[in-house]
Amino acid sequence: MKMIRMKNIRKSFHNLEVLKGIELEVDPGEVVAIIGPSGSGKSTLLRCLNRLETIDQGSIEIEGEVLASAGPDGRSRYVQEDQARAICHKMGMVFQQFNLFPHMTVLDNLIEAPMTVKGVKKESIVPQAEELLRKVGLYEKKDNYPSRLSGGQKQRVAIARALAMQPDIMLFDEPTSALDPELTGEVLKAMRQLAQEHMTMLVVTHEMAFAREVAQRVIFMDNGEIVEAGTPEQLFGSPQHARTQAFLNSML
Amino acid sequence: MEFTAMLRPMLEGAAVTLQMFFITLLLSLPLGLIVALARLSNYKPLSLIVEVYIWLMRGTPLMLQLLFVYYALPLIPYIGVKLPDFPAAVVAFVFNYAAYFAEIFRAGIQSIERGQYEAGKALGMTYGQTMKRIIIPQMIKRVLPPVSNETITLVKDTSLIYVLAMNDLLRTARTIVQRDFDMTPFVVAAVFYLAMTLVLTWIFNKLEQRYAAYDE
Repeated sequence: MKMIRMKNIRKSFHNLEVLKGIELEVDPGEVVAIIGPSGSGKSTLLRCLNRLETIDQGSIEIEGEVLASAGPDGRSRYVQEDQARAICHKMGMVFQQFNLFPHMTVLDNLIEAPMTVKGVKKESIVPQAEELLRKVGLYEKKDNYPSRLSGGQKQRVAIARALAMQPDIMLFDEPTSALDPELTGEVLKAMRQLAQEHMTMLVVTHEMAFAREVAQRVIFMDNGEIVEAGTPEQLFGSPQHARTQAFLNSML
Repeated sequence: MEFTAMLRPMLEGAAVTLQMFFITLLLSLPLGLIVALARLSNYKPLSLIVEVYIWLMRGTPLMLQLLFVYYALPLIPYIGVKLPDFPAAVVAFVFNYAAYFAEIFRAGIQSIERGQYEAGKALGMTYGQTMKRIIIPQMIKRVLPPVSNETITLVKDTSLIYVLAMNDLLRTARTIVQRDFDMTPFVVAAVFYLAMTLVLTWIFNKLEQRYAAYDE
């Protein structure tokens, strides 16, 4: 079974078509990196998966369950709201701007969604949340408010918060782009650890070294299309398309 | 007239003022939040109705609204009701202040970053859950200063109920002044309003300190 299956995804903002018929399938435990210039549609593609954006055409299946399907007129129809929400529970998301809840302590950030969404009792979720914080090396910060943390620490909390919902898939939307260069390492380390635990991951990133080292597949997007995809060796070693080559050269 | 003898009706007037103040505050804050959420609703007819309501409440004098509820409302066919003076005043005050609070709350809600809604949604929370747990708690911190302002204004606005011939603090003071040609009741009234304002300022300062536990 595929973890993610996107077919012929089309999406426009007003008159600007930002996704032009994307096809994407992701296997369980696979780490896929999506690279490309800004405005290429890579973040939009990710955000379409958990309904932060809605697609105009095409279909999306998550772990075999239909989230959106193409109707006879080609327009996409989403399944009912509560059903769609249940499907999207399976995906955790990490944002470029962290989006931690500033009015809650680190620990409360982690336990909020399991308690309100899943109705988990506080006593049972707190030990799990503390374990996740230990994993990302921030247990001692559990009673701090996010404003007291560095950018790298915030992003590690954001990863732990997403994991507290026990997702099967993790979506990363440029997780290190808002960080000072010296702080990206700690975030990438947490992500690498997740990959080693065979989490299915979809990572939109500008970190070429990370994509090369951790991803099993790298997708290059430009102008709303997937231009080229392959193993890191193929894509970085011998890119086939001129646009890929030009992008990779510009990243050096 | 003896000072203590004057004090008794003044205290009764102060009780009317305090009741008016607390009842209005207690009802207009939650109503204001509901109105703000309705104004932000994606359902256009609802937000339009609320916009008209806010326009009416902010666009006419509060005194006119008091007079309308008390004197004109009973004359409206079918839906007209005759309210005694105190409830009539409460209705006018609550609807008026709810409109102002609603605009403050709306501004507060709209000032919360989009990313907070997205984080809630990405974690599987419904719009209602996100509002209740994420947006509104953060909104409260941001609106405390303007809400404090509005609350202090309310203390003094309660004196408008004299137009319904209700004996609040100020009307009582004026009655005694006109009867005895002694200005002391005005001073007593001023001291009372100032004391109320002082207490409210203190309470809102405490609230702001509590919310200062986190930065944004």
